[in-house]
Amino acid sequence: MDAFTTHTGRAVPLRRSNVDTDQIIPAVWLKQVSRTGFEKGLFAAWREDPSFVLNDPAYEGASILVSGPDFGTGSSREHAVWALQQYGFRAVIASRFGDIFRNNSTKMGLLPVVLPEDVVKSLQDAVEADPKTEITVDLVERQVRAGDLVAPFEIDDYTRWRLLEGLDDIGLTLRHADAVEEYENGRQPWLPTTV
Amino acid sequence: MGRTLAEKVWEQHVVRRAEGEPDLLYIDLHLIHEVTSPQAFDGLRMAGRPVRRPELTIATEDHNVPTVLGPIADPVSRAQVETLRKNAAEFGVRLHPMGDAGQGVVHIIGPQFGLTQPGMTIVCGDSHTSTHGAFGAIAFGIGTSEVEHVLATQTLPAYRPKTMAIEVKGELPVGVTAKDLILAIIAKIGTGGGQGHIVEYRGEAVRNLSMEGRMTVCNMSIEAGARAGLIAPDETTFEYLRGRPHAPSGEAWDQAVEYWKTLRTDDDAVFDKVVEIDAAALTPFVTWGTNPGQGAPLGADVPSPEQFADPVERAAAERALEYMGLTAGTPLRDVQVDTVFVGSCTNGRIEDLRAAAEILRGRSVVTRTLIVPGSMGVKKAAEEEGLHEVFTAAGAEWREAGCSMCLGMNPDTLKPGERSASTSNRNFEGRQGKGGRTHLVSPQVAAATAVTGRLTAPADL
Repeated sequence: MDAFTTHTGRAVPLRRSNVDTDQIIPAVWLKQVSRTGFEKGLFAAWREDPSFVLNDPAYEGASILVSGPDFGTGSSREHAVWALQQYGFRAVIASRFGDIFRNNSTKMGLLPVVLPEDVVKSLQDAVEADPKTEITVDLVERQVRAGDLVAPFEIDDYTRWRLLEGLDDIGLTLRHADAVEEYENGRQPWLPTTV
Repeated sequence: MGRTLAEKVWEQHVVRRAEGEPDLLYIDLHLIHEVTSPQAFDGLRMAGRPVRRPELTIATEDHNVPTVLGPIADPVSRAQVETLRKNAAEFGVRLHPMGDAGQGVVHIIGPQFGLTQPGMTIVCGDSHTSTHGAFGAIAFGIGTSEVEHVLATQTLPAYRPKTMAIEVKGELPVGVTAKDLILAIIAKIGTGGGQGHIVEYRGEAVRNLSMEGRMTVCNMSIEAGARAGLIAPDETTFEYLRGRPHAPSGEAWDQAVEYWKTLRTDDDAVFDKVVEIDAAALTPFVTWGTNPGQGAPLGADVPSPEQFADPVERAAAERALEYMGLTAGTPLRDVQVDTVFVGSCTNGRIEDLRAAAEILRGRSVVTRTLIVPGSMGVKKAAEEEGLHEVFTAAGAEWREAGCSMCLGMNPDTLKPGERSASTSNRNFEGRQGKGGRTHLVSPQVAAATAVTGRLTAPADL
């Protein structure tokens, strides 16, 4: 996983709510068996509209997505996270996220930042007024900064530590292999197996 | 203080708990399909790790499979299915490939085999894993990184979600189904209403549902944003499970039932959130928009964006009406559809097909109508009852098992601008094919709609 400490970059305002993962990466892109090449599928249907915000050259090179509420709802497809990262996004800011998307993001090092809706709107306004506006997402200080705006955000200590260090869960869990084995010895005898 | 059902099941599966860390949760059953697993198996290979418990893992081919006989025409889809076959063989995982009698949609076959049982933890790289909560299991969708984690360790680190009760008061009126109930619940609490929670569906109307109906309700928990949804097991659950291939038998059955009976929320337990629904007030329900929360009774009109006080909801409604090609004030019963789809992990079980057949018996469809059984087992059962003859006599297409038009990864799709009445779970833009327009409905409304070509309840026929 990519480590995330602090990131400063320009942002794209996405003024839509309920941006489901089918929009982030349509199902036709899920047929790939590799982990790469998903940037081309990012918002594929919406990008066909020349007026879609991602097609605006003013936002080229932006690395932070500032979205309306309920970003990443629906399908569990982690491909949505891969597509955002491979397109160049390092963080997504919204007032609410789909649970599975948020989980998937933190496994991959894409930072989901929850801020109150009015703060999200202020950021979108600022970026629309001047697309060169730089936003800093600081995981160390748990803060988003843009010009005069300083907004704290919450993230649990464990996930923050994992992201700062860029640690993989599997390696961490395997340290507790003994505990897993002990648990397995006490499982209820009637539980099914697939064989 | 008492505990909720979700808390009991969760606690039973905690392998390790440490201050300031997520619980390490043991996973009793891991379901696999071809779409979200290839990169996970690649990860195992790169790290030189085996699948820790292949005998707690089962795979099926469902998302890409065509529903007409023959090989997969699309080379990319075919490669994905072949990749699953290679991975299952290499890592020793049981697989039900296309054409196999046990093949089907991942959330249909778990319960069908009796692998889904009360009190278990079940995961799958698929958000509709919540379906299995109908048995009193904690079941939730995960991403590919977590699929790899479960393959490697049979555990997941996770914080216990909060608990939420949805109390369904009274009885569902005749003609109102589990699908109408869950669509009404999502419309009430919204697509984010359940975020961060495990929902327990409770009350008389829920108790009176069949297992198929309970699966329909739990299936769509994710559409309300919930991490999982569950229902306490009872005699209905036990009767459904008895005698299934992987259900316990003999003494183990008695032991299991004794434990399963303890899997209920204590009377003095407290939920973090409680929502009440009046079942008696419900009528057939359909969606008009592009998220599952944008729904209304079939007897209503297409809403006007001005009806929504919240500016975010208003903007979403405006955009949805434009995408859906609908005008505010149009009676939903006047909306014409091009295609009817009966199937999916939401409504592709035998009871759903019986309900559709009952309405189509002796009638003819006027739209393209796809009837897709959720599994080869469901297909066989339907054919033994002669349901396939009812469907074909009515002019509907009787297909092979798979996810099909629920998400259009196989050739069953809508063309741009086409409109469907669909028993599936998502009305997202382009979900059933680029530019396609989806109205989510029950199997009963789907069948009646196929007869008239407009959104219709059976009572209207």
